[in-house]
Amino acid sequence: MEAILALIIVAAGVAGVVYVLARRMAPLFRAAKGPAIDRIGERLYGVYWFPHHRMPRPGYEVAGYTHITTLVSLIVLSIHVLMVIYSGFVGFEIPGLESAVGVGYAVISDIALTVLFIACVFAAVRRGVLKPPRYEVPEKYGKDKSRPWAVFLVSFLAAVALLDMIYLGSDAVAAKAAEEGYRFILPLTGTWFAAIIMSGLSASAAGTVNVVSYFILLIGIFVFVNLLPFDRLFHTITGPVTVFCKKLERGSVKPVQWGVDDESVADLESFGVKKFEDFNWKHILDFYSCADCGRCSDNCPANASGRPLSPRFISLKGRDYAFSHYPLKGPFVKNEPLVGDIFSEDEIWSCTTCGACEEECPVTIEYIDKIVDLRRGMIDDGNVPQSLQKPLNALGKRGNPWGKMEKKRPEWIKELPEGVTIKDLSSGDTAETLYFVDSMSSYDDRMMDLARATATVLSAAGADAGILGKNEKDSANDVRRFGEEMLFMELRDHNSEMIAGSGAGNIVTSDPHALNALKKDYKDMPPVEHISEFALRKLKEGTLSFASLDEEEKGKIYTYHDPCYLGRHNQVYDPPREVMDAIPGMNRVEMSRCRDRSFCCGGGGLMLFYEPEEEERMGVHRVRMAKEAGANVIVTACPFCLTNIEDAIKVAGLEGEMEALDLCELVARHIGS
Amino acid sequence: MEILVCVKRVPDTAENEIELNAEGNDIERDDLVYSVNEWDNYAVEEAIQMVDKHGGSVTVVTVGDEESEEVLRREMAMGAEKGILLSDDAFEGSDGKGVAAILKAAVEKGSYDLIMTGAQADEGYAQVGGMLAAMLDYPYASLVNSIEVGDGKLKVGREVEGGNIEMNEIELPCVLSIQTGINEPRYVGIRGIRKVASVEIPAMGASDLGIDAGSVGEDAAKVRRIDYFVPEMGEGAEMLEGSTDEIIDKLIELLKSKGGIK
Repeated sequence: MEAILALIIVAAGVAGVVYVLARRMAPLFRAAKGPAIDRIGERLYGVYWFPHHRMPRPGYEVAGYTHITTLVSLIVLSIHVLMVIYSGFVGFEIPGLESAVGVGYAVISDIALTVLFIACVFAAVRRGVLKPPRYEVPEKYGKDKSRPWAVFLVSFLAAVALLDMIYLGSDAVAAKAAEEGYRFILPLTGTWFAAIIMSGLSASAAGTVNVVSYFILLIGIFVFVNLLPFDRLFHTITGPVTVFCKKLERGSVKPVQWGVDDESVADLESFGVKKFEDFNWKHILDFYSCADCGRCSDNCPANASGRPLSPRFISLKGRDYAFSHYPLKGPFVKNEPLVGDIFSEDEIWSCTTCGACEEECPVTIEYIDKIVDLRRGMIDDGNVPQSLQKPLNALGKRGNPWGKMEKKRPEWIKELPEGVTIKDLSSGDTAETLYFVDSMSSYDDRMMDLARATATVLSAAGADAGILGKNEKDSANDVRRFGEEMLFMELRDHNSEMIAGSGAGNIVTSDPHALNALKKDYKDMPPVEHISEFALRKLKEGTLSFASLDEEEKGKIYTYHDPCYLGRHNQVYDPPREVMDAIPGMNRVEMSRCRDRSFCCGGGGLMLFYEPEEEERMGVHRVRMAKEAGANVIVTACPFCLTNIEDAIKVAGLEGEMEALDLCELVARHIGS
Repeated sequence: MEILVCVKRVPDTAENEIELNAEGNDIERDDLVYSVNEWDNYAVEEAIQMVDKHGGSVTVVTVGDEESEEVLRREMAMGAEKGILLSDDAFEGSDGKGVAAILKAAVEKGSYDLIMTGAQADEGYAQVGGMLAAMLDYPYASLVNSIEVGDGKLKVGREVEGGNIEMNEIELPCVLSIQTGINEPRYVGIRGIRKVASVEIPAMGASDLGIDAGSVGEDAAKVRRIDYFVPEMGEGAEMLEGSTDEIIDKLIELLKSKGGIK
């Protein structure tokens, strides 16, 4: 009789979750093609590594370790849960207790159960009473359903753990009352407490508690499992798959459509994501896997500066859209254009593609690719802000966003410091090292200093270096990331041909955006280095050496700002710091946000032209962070960072107190011995 | 509604790196890149939006050489259905009146309810729209910055002195010259242009249009440019004096009087 009842509950529970999961998977099968999954070993390791190294990152230790504790307990308990379910079919006897291994596992399970219970109660108190601000839902995203659900779910899990303790404890009490032997129960575990509390019960009363608690527990377990695919707890099922399928190449952008090569991409009916099913399955899986932990938005510079973008809600809105348009019952709802519906244009253009959100996400959700895909869709529909149309048109016509003449690109070499030489390869000359200048340092009056400083470093290190001159066009790193794939391809193909034609054996650039494009978006390039890597190499080889800072400079405190496309996207964190530290007399401090937590300056490339809605510039935030660190010189290694930070110093009213310069400028000033 | 929009290929002078040619009667054109006249682009966008709402089709027309086809294609990529290239050696060097005469002949070859032009083009005469209307004996509104479609007529807003707007009712068929800012023209990428790359664009010459070759072109032009120069730099600058508040007030006054702010 009991076995039949248990069977009904188990069958109903399993059928329920299978049905819900099958319905949830439907949009994944209707979605665009996703990435091919290779490098299995690396991916499996990632499933272990990413969540556990990201959850307890600085500032999130409490949540992180609470989660790890919960997760480890649940993993330990997974076999125990199966045993408990099974016990209902065999007279409520937990199997395996006749062996020492069985008893050992039972004791470990008792500990895990206790730990799980405490962790869940703590989590409920934290979310329900302490209310960390990270989880708040801004008004514009509707009613805060997040917190009540969080409290309910962890409380529910705590209750299930408690029931399990009662189930196990009552069994022990019944055995004791019937004067039968029972396995060892570790004192101070939940099971031990449960047994103590119920110790006054007779054998039959304890037996009744045992049976009743079993059924409530069984229902509890299956209700909980069935709740998973309705909320953030879906990540317990889809999260590991998302991490397994994550994009492995940092800084790269997904192709317009997976499985379609450059030659046939132009023939596609439509570009980018316009409707929900234009997302690929991996991206819909991302939506499902969002644990609503808020780390992305907590680190998003766009969110911090009051732009209408919060990555967390990109995921949550995507998830809710999937839930409402692919309901558990009835026909699927017709897909309408996403931009103008759940996403706004400004929200999608607000992203600087800095990657802070992706760096933080414990389930490795990809945001940049989704933003780029949505932009591709808007570009394809002609829906582009006027502020971006001009630079895009100019890039198409003249290869730079200002529409300046090609022949003016190498103007900056006319005023090189004495003794510095760099060849203009457009005249047919050849050079071993190609300096890829890119548009910003070629045309912007202030950034030409940066180009000249780079040439000075190259020259001082004895490099046989040249530039493509008028034959260089914009690297198009940001053209691609703003969604104009065809224009990107045109510029990439032009540059690739020119680079190949130059015969250069290696490329150096002082622009991290160019570095990223050449390394991640271009094919068959010679080795590409950032100037900081080049300088460090030459320092170590002994072909470059530095003179000491002068007395005035020695009194200054320097800090290094990591450009997103050098740091996060290309993992070049140490070379610029080592180069700075090699200058005698250098006094360098770190900002609290540094390295992989660096805070975007405001964005480069086309972002310079976009006019966002924002409360305060990102650069101003950054300058204040430098001030808080006690620095008065911000050294960066990117022409866009330098522009944004120099502007931000003025906006923040810190002129005279704070200065910004590029690493190349710092190095060029101190070449000597 | 059948709408004809007249467009022009003009040098892209956004970066004002313009140099005079050796003869001193024109700008050096070798290093220039060309695009569609900005005002015309707003006119085409407006026409497309009107057709999207009220039905009909948009045709774009230009007077120029073979290279002008690229601007027609660009506007077709935006959503214009047809393009017509008016090209003939006899058209070269036409003045505004000549261009208007050529366009008039093209208008009469079709059946259009509405003709639109940009308010002006690169040379800043702002003359073709008005002349075309006069030649066609159509009503005309210039500097239009809003259009509402009514029955057999349009309600058009016009920008007037001091940033004021006046509203007019105008009967169809008519000619409108369009001011920038009337809408936000859509973006046209390489992909859009490629999609219309193989669409046939008919070219019409003087004989196709029934124009006497002698009535247009350089010889018939009654306006000729005889010189082109960069004016001498004015002397000095006006220094505003007084307290910060006074300076700000004076500056606002100056900007207002020069039309810089409203």
